[in-house]
Amino acid sequence: MTVETYKTLDLKNAGTANLGDVTQMSLEDFRQCIISRVKAGMRLSNMFAAKKADTFILYAVLADDNESVLSVLSCESGKSYDSMTNDCPQAHMFEREIYEQMGIMPEGHPWLKPVRFLNDNSTENKNKAKTKRPEIGRTDYFEVTGEEVHEVAVGPVHAGVIEPGHFRFQCHGERVFTLEISLGYQHRGIEKAVLAGPHKRTIHHMEALSGDTTIGHTTAYCQNIEKLSNCTPPAKALAIRNIMLELERMANHIGDLGALGADVGYLPTSSYCGAIRGDMLNITAMVCGNRFGRGIVVPGGVAWDIDEKLAQEMVERVQTTGDYAKEAIDMLWETPSVMARFQGVGALSLQTCRDIGLVGPAARACGLHIDTRQDHNFGYPYATPEAAYETHTGDVYARAYVRWLEIAESLKFVKRQLQTLPNTPIYLEPGPIMANKIAVSLTEGWRGEVCHTAITDKDGNFSSYKIVDPSFHNWFGLALALREQEISDFPLCNKSFNLSYCGFDL
Amino acid sequence: MFKTILTRINQGYRTIKYPDGPAPPLPVRFRGRPKIHDSKCDSACTKCMDVCPTSALSKVDGKLQLDMGVCLFCGKCTAACPNEALEFTRDHRLACARREELIITGDSKEPVYTPQRELPAFFNKSFKMRQVSAAGCNACEADCNVLTTVGWDIGRFGLQFVASPRHSDGLAITGPVSENMRSALLTTYEAVPHPKLVLLVGSCAISGGVFKDHPETHNGAENLLPIDLYIPGCPPHPLTILDGLLKIIQRIK
Repeated sequence: MTVETYKTLDLKNAGTANLGDVTQMSLEDFRQCIISRVKAGMRLSNMFAAKKADTFILYAVLADDNESVLSVLSCESGKSYDSMTNDCPQAHMFEREIYEQMGIMPEGHPWLKPVRFLNDNSTENKNKAKTKRPEIGRTDYFEVTGEEVHEVAVGPVHAGVIEPGHFRFQCHGERVFTLEISLGYQHRGIEKAVLAGPHKRTIHHMEALSGDTTIGHTTAYCQNIEKLSNCTPPAKALAIRNIMLELERMANHIGDLGALGADVGYLPTSSYCGAIRGDMLNITAMVCGNRFGRGIVVPGGVAWDIDEKLAQEMVERVQTTGDYAKEAIDMLWETPSVMARFQGVGALSLQTCRDIGLVGPAARACGLHIDTRQDHNFGYPYATPEAAYETHTGDVYARAYVRWLEIAESLKFVKRQLQTLPNTPIYLEPGPIMANKIAVSLTEGWRGEVCHTAITDKDGNFSSYKIVDPSFHNWFGLALALREQEISDFPLCNKSFNLSYCGFDL
Repeated sequence: MFKTILTRINQGYRTIKYPDGPAPPLPVRFRGRPKIHDSKCDSACTKCMDVCPTSALSKVDGKLQLDMGVCLFCGKCTAACPNEALEFTRDHRLACARREELIITGDSKEPVYTPQRELPAFFNKSFKMRQVSAAGCNACEADCNVLTTVGWDIGRFGLQFVASPRHSDGLAITGPVSENMRSALLTTYEAVPHPKLVLLVGSCAISGGVFKDHPETHNGAENLLPIDLYIPGCPPHPLTILDGLLKIIQRIK
């Protein structure tokens, strides 16, 4: 069957439609459409289930990066369906998630394990039989037996100031056969708390979804609210959002490149970058008073203005900080002992990257040309530097170098934006949220694509709100990157991805 | 090699002078210690309370009070107040030793830190913390981490985040404590040798913050462990955290 056989609802980024207009397919067509389109190069950006009377509706969002189209499709499903993971590995985590949240069994899923071990201290959960209650971290892991084979278990509490997660390595000496990553420790029930909203707290939930991606997630959320309430934020608000998004990206990239230096024992870059990252965060705080961009992005625009004087001051600060960063980070590429440790470690092939649906810098480092800012932009053109794709070795070096190129591009972008800020208001009050709608919104967070999908009920409240942090796609990439590597390379590989635990656990 | 040396010279000396010199300047729009002006507050008005996302504001006998342990410092209340009865000052000093001291009223004075119990004097020379993120969003964690960079360099006070609870003198907890992290947090606490302190960093760890009353969390560590220091904020500024740590080791009053 060719791709064109299926008719789907095609939206642009931050698009909305009547829920009734979403293409309803048979379950088999739904499966085949996803499998064939992903084979043809589209990506599975989101997939989730919603309850409808006695049955379930499965929804999927497929991103066509060449045509800047987001296809939405749905089908009715009973308590089980044939898993598509074997034909479309990108679906593996989504299917596990749907099973965990809704109990819909993907028959034939190769490794159906808990995603987040949904636990709470409600009486309902406490009254469940012990066997029915998931116990965090307790599940089947890969096992290797034989002489000189051993298992290393790390976490949830790690050796640094870092979020919790559990890692399990099967090793032969220093050599890693497999790494499995078991998360869920950070589960705070955000998607559930958002239901029937938006509530007073919803925007703050989005800010704290993943504290280092505050702008990425709040922007994705606000784009949905704005579409659902027919509100077009003024041009200056959008410009300020973009500036904040790039500041967030630069701060995180600079911090991580420094940390990569530390992981290979190269302390100059690590010391300088620690301070330079702080300088970047402080520029964010100049705008909104908070180093992580809390409170700036609100539905309808932004809450804080950048006047001419502040813009000028910011340009100077960004310039100085950028110069320091360039000098500190350039040392990495010129130091043979650093390059020897970066190159060839934790490599992923372009094929693997496509198969598992990597996003963001990790995908670009494999040579995959995707970047939401470029492919699905919404008003402000952003060009990914072509050079970002020239280093497609997929290893630690590529992931690090791509980030450096992105910093350089973001620097230029922010300066240009600050110098050409539109002269408009920064806020337009959104109206009431429309009933029975679906809205899909993407942004390019610093780790990659952030996807939020909202569905409203007959009263204009959320009946579903599905969040996909880039980490949801990429954690499995880290697990694969460690295969056949030395276990001592784990911190280095881990930092080159630097994925979010709470963004995954929600 | 020459370039390495040249870079070292260019990058300069970045460590702040505080507490021997002035504190680093805070951004103009920074929202620090709240202040309530009773004289301007209309006792019948509830506008600030209506917009507060976490119900940090309440009225007792018609007088407004703000619980910093729950507050996200989002500033929605000050925007909603028609009389400027409420403001966020740029004072970074928020840490205190008792839960009730986090409640700001119109009568609140300058913050004074007095420890809940007498702490061993050797902590003043060396105090090692094990940081546990119990469903923290990585903002509080990041601002704890930043204290170890050259800009803040808490090592110069004998302060350090260590890898093992066995090597630590206490826990610095972030996050609302998810059900899924409860057991790991308690086990880590058990592993810390006596005498041990518990520091809560951020509104989540103190009260659940933005996740307050989610069934998936425990509204912070308050009900699970004995607490020695509360550092509110969402997240607290590094200077606010440093202020708390320096008070614990009696470097500042």
